[in-house]
Amino acid sequence: MKDDLEHRAEVAVPVTSRRTFIRVAVATGAAGLLSAELGVLSARGSADKAAQIVLPAGTKDVTSFRVHVPQAALDDLKKRLADGRWPDKETVTDWSQGVPLARAHALVEYWRTHYDWRRVESTLNGLPQFRTQIDGLGIYFIHVRSKHENALPIILTHGWPGSIIEFMQVVGPLVDPTAHGGKADEAFHVVIPSLPGFGFSDKPTEPGWRLPRIANAWAALMARLGYSHYVAQGGDLGAGVSSWMAKQQPSGLLAIHLNLPILFPPPPPPSGGYTAAEQPALGQLGKYASDASGYASIQATRPQTLGYGLADSPAGQAMWIYEKFQAWSDNKGDPAEAISLDHMLDDITLYWLTDTAASSARLYYESFAKDFSRMPLDFPVAVSIFKGDFFTPPKVWGEETYSKLFYWNEVPKGGHFAALEQPDLFVVELRKSFAQVR
Amino acid sequence: MKNDLESRPGERATPIIARRKFIRAAAATGIASIFPASLGSLTAQGTAMKAAQLVLPTATKDVTPFKIQVPQEALDDLKVRLASTRWPERETVRDWSQGVPLQKAQALIAYWRDKYDWRRFEARLNAFPQYRTQIDGLGIHFIHVRSPHRNALPIILTHGWPGSVVEFMEIIGQLSDPPRYGGRAEDAFHVVVPSLPGFAFSDKPVETGWDVNRIARAWATLMHLLGYDRWAAQGGDWGAGVTHALAHQRPQGLIAAHVNWQFVFPEKLPDNPTPAERRAIDRASWFANDQSGYFREHATRPQTIGYPLADSAAGQALWIYEKFQAWTDNHGNPEDALAVDAMLDNISLYWFTDTAASSARIYWENTRAGFGGLPSRGRIELPMAASVFPHEIFCPPKAWAEALWPNLFYWNELDKGGHFAAFEQPKLFTEELRKAFRSRRA
Repeated sequence: MKDDLEHRAEVAVPVTSRRTFIRVAVATGAAGLLSAELGVLSARGSADKAAQIVLPAGTKDVTSFRVHVPQAALDDLKKRLADGRWPDKETVTDWSQGVPLARAHALVEYWRTHYDWRRVESTLNGLPQFRTQIDGLGIYFIHVRSKHENALPIILTHGWPGSIIEFMQVVGPLVDPTAHGGKADEAFHVVIPSLPGFGFSDKPTEPGWRLPRIANAWAALMARLGYSHYVAQGGDLGAGVSSWMAKQQPSGLLAIHLNLPILFPPPPPPSGGYTAAEQPALGQLGKYASDASGYASIQATRPQTLGYGLADSPAGQAMWIYEKFQAWSDNKGDPAEAISLDHMLDDITLYWLTDTAASSARLYYESFAKDFSRMPLDFPVAVSIFKGDFFTPPKVWGEETYSKLFYWNEVPKGGHFAALEQPDLFVVELRKSFAQVR
Repeated sequence: MKNDLESRPGERATPIIARRKFIRAAAATGIASIFPASLGSLTAQGTAMKAAQLVLPTATKDVTPFKIQVPQEALDDLKVRLASTRWPERETVRDWSQGVPLQKAQALIAYWRDKYDWRRFEARLNAFPQYRTQIDGLGIHFIHVRSPHRNALPIILTHGWPGSVVEFMEIIGQLSDPPRYGGRAEDAFHVVVPSLPGFAFSDKPVETGWDVNRIARAWATLMHLLGYDRWAAQGGDWGAGVTHALAHQRPQGLIAAHVNWQFVFPEKLPDNPTPAERRAIDRASWFANDQSGYFREHATRPQTIGYPLADSAAGQALWIYEKFQAWTDNHGNPEDALAVDAMLDNISLYWFTDTAASSARIYWENTRAGFGGLPSRGRIELPMAASVFPHEIFCPPKAWAEALWPNLFYWNELDKGGHFAAFEQPKLFTEELRKAFRSRRA
């Protein structure tokens, strides 16, 4: 143990010393020097003794949590980035084969030489963070209570390849509207969990963590936090979770807001053909199926195989996500027009450091084909369509699918990562839509 | 230059950070012509990261002999990467339904790192006469073994993905010199085994357009260049795609083709399918629903999937290993059908040549016009032969082939073997080619 502790200081650890790094990290956790932090890494009993993050065991208590990634993990990342081996250049002059090599090089170079993980770590640690065990799984979440009486509790759910990072800029305006151009009666108590297998939530070790089960867990979480009336919000897979909550109608849930409603034309196809308002969304669905769903198809069928390359290659993990920032955000070709490089890398680095490529992909395996489709809801639903998203269904589909649709707005700017791309507009949407349920 | 050459020989382990030195050393090797026409030529491309990129000796219109010599530094680098592998957590199931199980993955990688011997394979490959020549602007690598027997029938064998020339190594001798392997001289073939563009030691296309039609035209040019005026073609997987394209094109000299994957689908599925039709339809649907994730990713974003596979040796290995499990005739483990060393020969070939993205691109090229754009559809007048191996991904009934191939002259359904037929069942595969082409010999 003494030897291990000697190594704990912030020395550069060569790749070949990863075993040392693991022992160091274990020692760190065992010594309790960084209590309730991410410092707990231990080697699983694998042949290769590769680094695996093991989070502190969740209990039914709500335990406070802070993030501190060991310096050795950051050094290891830089080393891997410096040692990256690259494929040849694409044979096209656009993104149609994926991230262009020159763009990939530029992102990795920035990640390696300019990016500062400690900055986002302190942002996160500036917020109250917790872990608690629900349905057998440790769930990580940010929980910020508003100082305003009568604030409306809200649970915000990210999707893939997003994370809690998407919501960093909206927490302040939601919780403390008077400091951000709003009114006290627009305040929210904000709960932002990491999906199972994402961020600092546990990785499920058994099958069954499908969207409906997550929806159940979220209701349990809100109950555990003492909220008897609340609303839910989400886009992407987070819209799936929120929609399932609306279907399950747990006690206390008042309404949901979706920024990517899973709306397809209600069957059967109309005898007179689709209207002009429906055509763009039909075109988007067709393009998604034929050209843009390869990632979903592999994640939904072989998440483990995909996970090997992404767990071992930070450049690979980065490009797997970066491609989606380009394809799905509101930009004219360069994702940095919509989301800053640092914000994209905050999200990417969170996936990398938590080694959650396979576990996050597994949610597609669990739910993409079974639980993530058009779901008629007899429950209050609000929708904001950000016009730069890759799928922008028409209002008529919403009206035909949600019997209690009480808010529909089309926001001219912003895309799939609405809260990250247009935090101000996103906040306005939540204030306006939920004004009706307070 | 002196310094560079100094770092070339020797078997010392090279740490990852010495990669730039490795590149310079390798480049010097090529320039110094120490290994003429060998793989010794590596140069750094002008990228920001100066990562290792393999640059093959420039091919000319001449047919230039080629030998493989992967620099020791590349082998050492592979071992370092394998030892440094960071793993995902274990799958949440007890089978292969989420992909390669972690335990199987770690066992394969440990074997690759500790036991596998690339030099053994390299020597075996170099025992075959290999060449490169430029066709339609692209350097094409191929093995070419002329039979000692007069009247041998020239045949061009085309691999697919994730296969390679490795699949055919067992059968080259049996085909070219049957008496040495208990066969008859009159069954002999002159054997040509090219690497597809973007695969192994063929050049990687730098522009779009290398679909199976263009590859087929290149193969016809190659056979002509080798002086063959009466020849046959054979292939499975994308090799079957190329072979079907050849059959449609009917270049001068091509007398017949044999495929171990038959791209024959009826225009309209039967309302009351026979049991054989039902099986074929079910398998096609199983492939589309559960098996085609890799296909869709390759077909749409080959560059993006190329990043992790180029950078992670474990990632590249398991991307391929999964297919050896899914598509061979086995009882659950790919090792039932193929030796670990043989699988790693193929995997190492992809790794050392850094061809994950360029090989995936063949899907992108061929699906741009949709699957209907594949040359597989429609009537083929060329005399066609087919062997159906039972664990192939898709096994159409003979009636479907007869409907599209009026000159079907050989059809056999075997009782063992899968997608990698020549690799899994070299004797049976060889026998199939002998039997099929017996009636086509002059």
